[in-house]
Amino acid sequence: MKWARLISIGLLVLVAAACLLANFLAPAPYAHQFRDLPNAAPSHQHFLGTDDLGRDRFSRVLYGTRVSLLLAPAAALLSSLLAGLIGGFAGFVGGWTERIVMAATDLFLSLPWLFLLITVRAILPLNVAPMTSVVITFALLGCLGWAGAARVICADARTFSQSDFVLLARASGSSGFRLLWRHLIPNLKPILFAQFWISIPVFILTEANLGILGLGVAEPLPSWGSLLRELESFSSGSTQPWQFVPLILFIVVVSSFHLVLTKQELPA
Amino acid sequence: MKKLFAVIVFAIFAVSVALAQAGGELRFCLHSEPKTFNPVLMEDDSSETIRYLTGGVLMRVNRQTQEVEPELATSWKITDSGRTITFQLRKDLRFSDGTQFSAADVAFTMQQLMDPALHSPTGDSFRSGDGKVETRVLAKDRVAITFPAPISGLDKLFDQVAIMSATSPLKEMAVLGPYVVAENKAGAYLILKRNPNYWKHDGNGRQLPYIDSVRLDIQQNRDIEMVRLTHGEIDFINSLDAEYFDKLASSDPAMAHDAGVSLDTEFMWFNQVQNSPLPAYKKAWFTSTNFRHAISESINRSDMARIAFRGHAQAAIGPVSPANKFWFNAKLQPHPFDQKAALQLLAQDGFRMQGDTLHDRDGHAVEFSIITNAGNKYRERMATMMQQDLSGIGIKLNVVTLDFPSLIERMTRTFDYETCLLGLVNTDLDPNSVMNVWLSSSENHQWNPSQKTPATQWEAEIDRLMKDQASTLDPNQRKASFDKVQEIVWQQEPFIYLVNKNALSAVSTSVRNVHPVALRPQVYWNIDQLSLTSEVARNH
Amino acid sequence: MAKLAGKILIVVLLGGFLGATLVRFAPGFGVDEEELDTRLNNQSVQAMRDAQGHDRNLLAFYSRYLAQLLHGDLGVSRTLQRPVSQLLAERFPETLKSVGLGLLVGWSLALPLAIAVVMSRAWLLDTLSNLLVSLLLCVPAAVLALLFVLEQVPARLLLSLVVFPKVFRYSRSLLARSSSLPHVLTARAKGLGNMRVLAWHILPTAAPQLVALAGVSLSLAFAAAIPVEALCDLPGIGQLAWKAALGRDVELLVNLTMIVTLVTLLANSASDLAGKYFRTGDA
Repeated sequence: MKWARLISIGLLVLVAAACLLANFLAPAPYAHQFRDLPNAAPSHQHFLGTDDLGRDRFSRVLYGTRVSLLLAPAAALLSSLLAGLIGGFAGFVGGWTERIVMAATDLFLSLPWLFLLITVRAILPLNVAPMTSVVITFALLGCLGWAGAARVICADARTFSQSDFVLLARASGSSGFRLLWRHLIPNLKPILFAQFWISIPVFILTEANLGILGLGVAEPLPSWGSLLRELESFSSGSTQPWQFVPLILFIVVVSSFHLVLTKQELPA
Repeated sequence: MKKLFAVIVFAIFAVSVALAQAGGELRFCLHSEPKTFNPVLMEDDSSETIRYLTGGVLMRVNRQTQEVEPELATSWKITDSGRTITFQLRKDLRFSDGTQFSAADVAFTMQQLMDPALHSPTGDSFRSGDGKVETRVLAKDRVAITFPAPISGLDKLFDQVAIMSATSPLKEMAVLGPYVVAENKAGAYLILKRNPNYWKHDGNGRQLPYIDSVRLDIQQNRDIEMVRLTHGEIDFINSLDAEYFDKLASSDPAMAHDAGVSLDTEFMWFNQVQNSPLPAYKKAWFTSTNFRHAISESINRSDMARIAFRGHAQAAIGPVSPANKFWFNAKLQPHPFDQKAALQLLAQDGFRMQGDTLHDRDGHAVEFSIITNAGNKYRERMATMMQQDLSGIGIKLNVVTLDFPSLIERMTRTFDYETCLLGLVNTDLDPNSVMNVWLSSSENHQWNPSQKTPATQWEAEIDRLMKDQASTLDPNQRKASFDKVQEIVWQQEPFIYLVNKNALSAVSTSVRNVHPVALRPQVYWNIDQLSLTSEVARNH
Repeated sequence: MAKLAGKILIVVLLGGFLGATLVRFAPGFGVDEEELDTRLNNQSVQAMRDAQGHDRNLLAFYSRYLAQLLHGDLGVSRTLQRPVSQLLAERFPETLKSVGLGLLVGWSLALPLAIAVVMSRAWLLDTLSNLLVSLLLCVPAAVLALLFVLEQVPARLLLSLVVFPKVFRYSRSLLARSSSLPHVLTARAKGLGNMRVLAWHILPTAAPQLVALAGVSLSLAFAAAIPVEALCDLPGIGQLAWKAALGRDVELLVNLTMIVTLVTLLANSASDLAGKYFRTGDA
């Protein structure tokens, strides 16, 4: 439905604008601890209340959105492009190349990359800025996240390369590169888009989970991952409804991305 | 018909009253899989829990009164100025598999414990000097153990020595304690059943323990553990998080127990290792007492206790918690929170504020990092609070959370860190148990380990005082020496002590005779006297 | 067939070696939390460190490991101090149950839903299912795990909630694309009923990629088993892998990496072969 897409685009623009204007919109610095008001309920000073250290949650959501909304799609883009390139190339060329590349992909999928992340963190100086370390984490995630999709893309590309369509194109003189660019990549788009928008929440949640190992964002910088970790003890009963706002925002943004990217998939 | 009905009801009532104090299964969670069942090798929490539940010891420190009580030994005598201890053992006792207990088993256990190849931590507590530990079996029920050098607080150390059988074919699985390991599904759960040969009886002559079996589920996730408690799937949580305590206190106050301040401390320290990879100007900062004092006075400890621990902690003064009544130096004053005074102290060392940032005398902006173990919510909060506190005197603190092995590597191998925030879990009251923290030559002297000669005059003084307190048996003399150590630590602040946590636990109301205390194990220290009410409506 | 087995063997061995390399050079290798016990004297601490040190040379370790492997000995785990083969034998069935259940339930929910969405072409169903998928992708696994425990749902099913969104999304795209191909449109125009169009035209065209997806979903489920088992304290090899990672237990990790590589390769080779069958059958 057209209007669903329009609403989604509107929402994304709104969220992007809000986080770009965070400096003006935030009622308080995201790192400032209001020590008299830990875990406060929403009020006109603190729209979403405060977290367990007394920091204004609304400000943290704004700045956290900036971090996550910038970095997660960038990492997702990186991993989708890598998957498309590697899987597409292998599937299209076929033969030995495909087998070797796919075996390497399977190997890549199986290795414990956690240790690479830990090693990279160790190489970074201790006094590195929080933003730098989170950018590096997401960049690594982007470089490591392509393997799962590459296989599906490879199978797809292989099928495509053996289709009548391509035979015709070849017969009419289209060379390899032209074929790739004009025909293969557009055909792979649906899968690439699927991979892209699925990767966004996966990377955000991975960053949240890596926080358990100290590989996530460093204090006091907020990110959606760190905001979501607040919810982990929701069963303690002290979790208030407004603490779910980051999660709801997260779901809304991811759904919007999805709706925007899946334009003409379903035949009319 | 009515009469029959009444008789049946009465019978059920009578039976249930009789059963009220017997049987049942106590269920709680271990946070990791026990690594070994050999009591001599036990080092991790879970294995030590098993040892407490299954091992028979010669004497037990009563966790409530903090006094030593006889167990397998009916009496003992310390002679030879603390070098020899002679035990009179109970007669006619058997291990869980029926093997006879005698002095030979004590001798065997000591021999295993002191085996130099095993490096048992409990054994190291007994290693007062070079030379062998000699055990003489004087009779079937009398044994004398002689140590190469005197050990102060010798009797209390035997609380950790679970006696193993020298002759049983089951080896370490034959035990003298209230329970014996019956089932072990690796990684999932353990079931302990009552030891049929347990020697203890209650006042009415009934054999202990009252509870038939204990089920230990291996559950690392504290949130899930809490849910299971409220659902009635487990009976208690031995050490509870502050958030859950608050929730429980409001919904089910009878279940929430705050036993007061515990022995645990949270503290931070600066890296003072001479050949660490830090730049020289930072080493100069960290080795300056004025600097450390200033940092200590800039940290708002009461806010930390109030916010990071939800009020279930108190500001720490020194290495010993006030819960350790005898050894705590009550004369020490709490560290003030006074950022103005801190800046004055820093000015003495040439530090100056330029705008919002503090600079040292060479113009370097004061910025350093603090490492702590990731996943510990309390420490992450404390570090973040310190970040704000120190920005008040112009210092930029970077919080770096690391996974534990990376942290240990930096702390003990590479010395590539600036400050570290950790805590110490103390199970023992006696300062001898932390000797290796205070001796400058020790590997565990965290801020500057393994010194060939003491790097500072005050560290040399601490060395001397610690050795003094270990070499005399007179408790008052020992206290005088150790009090002096606490004073020096207060003045020099190699460790900046932050808070002492409270001992929080949650116990289901169906467990009777439970008296949670501050010493570990907080809830089940009197396991053989706990009982369960037989609740028909209890959901398993 | 022999070539395939040879290829798998080489890749698995390579996987083990690379896994060991990653562990060996990560910080924190060869340290033990127990060193910090304040009761230990210097000699004991030193002895502990020396004991950890014998695996420092990577090549020596790996060649020793391979030699032992030929005798069927998988080594001894340093963190749990038990033979690796015993640990794996105890925990593998647990993980197989979780993964099997997760895949079964995940696919049974995802594929029919994807088919329904594509065939019915109703935008309401499409939007709702997309919202559901977004919801499942966005809620942290820890929160879902707690929810399960609160509602007393077996924790194993958590894996299906990890598999479902991804399988649904990919299969929906694949089926949607297949259903817009010329021969399907022709078939529809000819008046062929929905079920027949699905069975004879849409599914077979999408079959090779769906089969590839099946292979990938197996390795996805295995990878997801690690955090799920660690969160819910299920005693499978996922939890074992997590503990081994935290403890830098190289003996365990080498074996686990090789097992995961083997499973991934087998699953994907099987799906490759099946895919070939579909294609040749189709032509």
